Amino acid sequence: MGGKRKNASSAAARGVSPSPSATSTTTSATVTTKVQPKESAPPIATTTNAFATSTQIEPTTTTTTTSTTKTTTGKSSGSSSSGAQGQAWNKVFSNLLTHYQDTTPQRTKLIDAFMAFLVVVGGLQFLYCVLAGNYPFNAFLSGFSATVGQFVLTASLRIQTTEANKSDFPSVSPERAFADYLVCSLILHFFCVNFIN
Amino acid sequence: MSADSLERLASAGKGESTRTLLRVIILLLVAGAAISSRLFSVIRFESIIHEFDPWFNFRATKYLVANGFYKFWDWFDDRTWHPLGRVTGGTLYPGLMVTSGVIYHALRALSIPVDIRNVCVMLAPAFSGLTAYAAYLLTNEMTPSSSAGLLAAIFMGIAPGYISRSVAGSYDNEAIAIFLLVFTFYLWIKALKLGSMLWGALCALFYGYMVASWGGYAFITCLLPLHAFVLICMGRYSTRLYVAYCTWYALGTLASMQIPFVGFLPVKTSEHMPALGIFGFLQLLAFLDYVRSAIPSRQFQTFLWVFAGSIFGIGLIGLVVATSAGFIAPWSGRFYSLWDTGYAKIHIPIIASVSEHQPTAWPAFFFDLNMLIWLLPAGVYLCYQKLADEHVFVIVYALFGSYFAGVMVRLMLTLTPVVCVAAAIALSTILDIYLKAKSPIPEEHLPEESTDGTSKKASKSGLRASNKPYIGIYATFSKVTVVGAMTAYLLLFVAHCTWVTSNAYSSPSVVLASRMPDGSQHIIDDYREAYQWLRQNTKYDAKVMSWWDYGYQIGGMADRPTLVDNNTWNNTHIATVGKAMASREEVSYPIMRQHEVDYVLVVFGGLLGYSGDDINKFLWMVRIAEGIWPDEVKEREFFTPRGEYRVDAGATETMKNSLMYKMSYYNYNNLFPPGQAQDRVRGVRLPDEGPVLNSIEEAFTSENWIIRIYKVKDLDNLGRDHASAAAFERGQKKKKVIKKKGPRVLRVD
Repeated sequence: MGGKRKNASSAAARGVSPSPSATSTTTSATVTTKVQPKESAPPIATTTNAFATSTQIEPTTTTTTTSTTKTTTGKSSGSSSSGAQGQAWNKVFSNLLTHYQDTTPQRTKLIDAFMAFLVVVGGLQFLYCVLAGNYPFNAFLSGFSATVGQFVLTASLRIQTTEANKSDFPSVSPERAFADYLVCSLILHFFCVNFIN
Repeated sequence: MSADSLERLASAGKGESTRTLLRVIILLLVAGAAISSRLFSVIRFESIIHEFDPWFNFRATKYLVANGFYKFWDWFDDRTWHPLGRVTGGTLYPGLMVTSGVIYHALRALSIPVDIRNVCVMLAPAFSGLTAYAAYLLTNEMTPSSSAGLLAAIFMGIAPGYISRSVAGSYDNEAIAIFLLVFTFYLWIKALKLGSMLWGALCALFYGYMVASWGGYAFITCLLPLHAFVLICMGRYSTRLYVAYCTWYALGTLASMQIPFVGFLPVKTSEHMPALGIFGFLQLLAFLDYVRSAIPSRQFQTFLWVFAGSIFGIGLIGLVVATSAGFIAPWSGRFYSLWDTGYAKIHIPIIASVSEHQPTAWPAFFFDLNMLIWLLPAGVYLCYQKLADEHVFVIVYALFGSYFAGVMVRLMLTLTPVVCVAAAIALSTILDIYLKAKSPIPEEHLPEESTDGTSKKASKSGLRASNKPYIGIYATFSKVTVVGAMTAYLLLFVAHCTWVTSNAYSSPSVVLASRMPDGSQHIIDDYREAYQWLRQNTKYDAKVMSWWDYGYQIGGMADRPTLVDNNTWNNTHIATVGKAMASREEVSYPIMRQHEVDYVLVVFGGLLGYSGDDINKFLWMVRIAEGIWPDEVKEREFFTPRGEYRVDAGATETMKNSLMYKMSYYNYNNLFPPGQAQDRVRGVRLPDEGPVLNSIEEAFTSENWIIRIYKVKDLDNLGRDHASAAAFERGQKKKKVIKKKGPRVLRVD
């Protein structure tokens, strides 16, 4: 799920709001596909950098792409993919992006936009909780779990409606999935409202 | 009925509708058997609430029915835990009371006038019928053979391990919780199999109901993540698992937080952390799963290692930091005692003092489960052979459940469902093999339902003589032997269950039964006699001090405020009562005055040979008191130098002077001819001179001396202390010397 999340947020970073309206998402998608080979490389590389630094490389956290590449290769020279791993990373992400943009149907992208929105809202709530304290803990908890729960349910809906997963769910048609989704969301929000005080 | 329908079944070629009808009839009969086998106590005694805990539940239900739901929710009870009171509405599991309240109002709405007491008494048997049905559903998910489900239903219906907590009148949380447990598991399996959000949501709803009903919900909270984790480790992550688990967790956790008693626990305590961890882990897995489908495998590997490693490291550091910083409470004591059975005995005597928290004795397994216990490994083995997702669940549950059942007696209850399911699978497999096994010759058609030899002989005669006789499982002999043996075992099982239920689990501990020499039944009703006395002869707000075992009963039956009760939320308060019981009168009296105690109630079984009395529990009082006041109460001083716990002439001075000892044996020797006083529980002869009580006086002693109630004397009118006042009454004026010892101090600790 994080992949879509990242993509959508990068789209947001490019100035297109991830509002759940079909047209805007379409435009953003087309724009990104066109510009992608040239423009999308640097921000993705920085995300890679963030990943790599958070895990293995403590000493030098430089911002430029090239140095990251060097350190990574220096560290993991023993592994089989000893080539330029940074480029491999670039490739991984560009592959991911193209795959996503090629194969994802429009409706699913809509769902993804909604999920990205939920992530943002949840992140904001969490940030508020960390910064401003969690005094009405009920309120924070119900708000946060509403977003998390809704995110999970939406992810489930997305999984169930994806064509590729059809074999996993012989008894769940997309309509059924949507009905289930509605019922579950109703239950979720009933509990949240009840819990919020 | 059976012969007729079997005939029709055989002739109609196993029509689906006939089978369904049969199944329904069988399930109804099973439910009937489950209910009726729990009615022994009602038939033998009467329709009353048993034991200790149910009295509180009963009292709470009455309050709910009388005052409505909202008042119940905000109920502050000032008649227990005097002088602290108890926020009852926020410290109980309301599921049971609400359930019976709903049933009561529903029946009233149908203009069936029932008494709330009868609803409470019959709730557990009624739900046991539903449990049998839930076991049937759960087993049907495991195996295609529907006979396994029916067997599981009947096992569940009459297994003593479950009956022990669900006889009529045992109005305890477990009465409905086991049904909810089994049904939640069924829904979980269903959700997992179908990958359906709706089933997951249903599972969460029933999980919420379970949380509302019983503290044992943590069992589900740990078992489902464990199952998910095992599946992931086996490389069986699937999108179905994601959907089922995440739906359950997201909704179920929210549902569980609606209960005031649970509140924030699901995000704060370690017991609930595995569920949260697996929830997060599944999100990662789903993401990785998506990425894997998107990019080539070589790239994916590099991606995976970095990503998984970083997330794992961050998560671990986060957990450690959160735990050490105190955001997440460490495991609570009750859970520690599950890992280390000696833990509670050393650190939390109050938990260890409850008999149902003791480790299980080996014979108990056989006693409670009979032949099912040796069918369990066979069933688990069969699950290994198939090993689909749901079979993994049975295996995990069986391992987990048998460990906990071994640690704590009362967790036998959570083991019973899986034992029934596994045993039913094993047994039905055996029966299916031996009843249905067809000969290798294709022309051979054995009628499926017939087991007797005649039909087989008939079919055999049609074969050519050159054929070898059938050997192994095809031979009639082996079929008859195995099926006969199994039938015998099943009959034995039913006999055993009935016997255990009737003899061990059906006696309400409120009313005792004994046999007269001529074989007729004699009812010993001392408890109710004493509580009735309290109700009629004392002020409405007269505080009664007793050991916590009797708190709920006094609250329920006598309707008098108590100091401590079975909701052992305040260890210090209990220790105070323990100290009052274990100390000399001069120490106890100020304690009792401080707590405004009017009456003291002790249970004494010496006359009757009733072994569950307070002298036998006395050491726990001492231990619990010692935990708080190690300087003033010492367990060692209650033992003789040779390490014996004695109550006769050889008892230690501390023992003889303790309030509990005095109250138990006060005036007891007057019952007997001189020198003949005997304690029939401990089998010892008592000293000729009984203990002397100064600061309290005997108020009531029940017919068989089981309950003795003492009234705490008021302060002396002349300002003397009670010892000298009593001595004066007796005419021994020489003690007057020690009277003048300065001003009388009331509030000393």
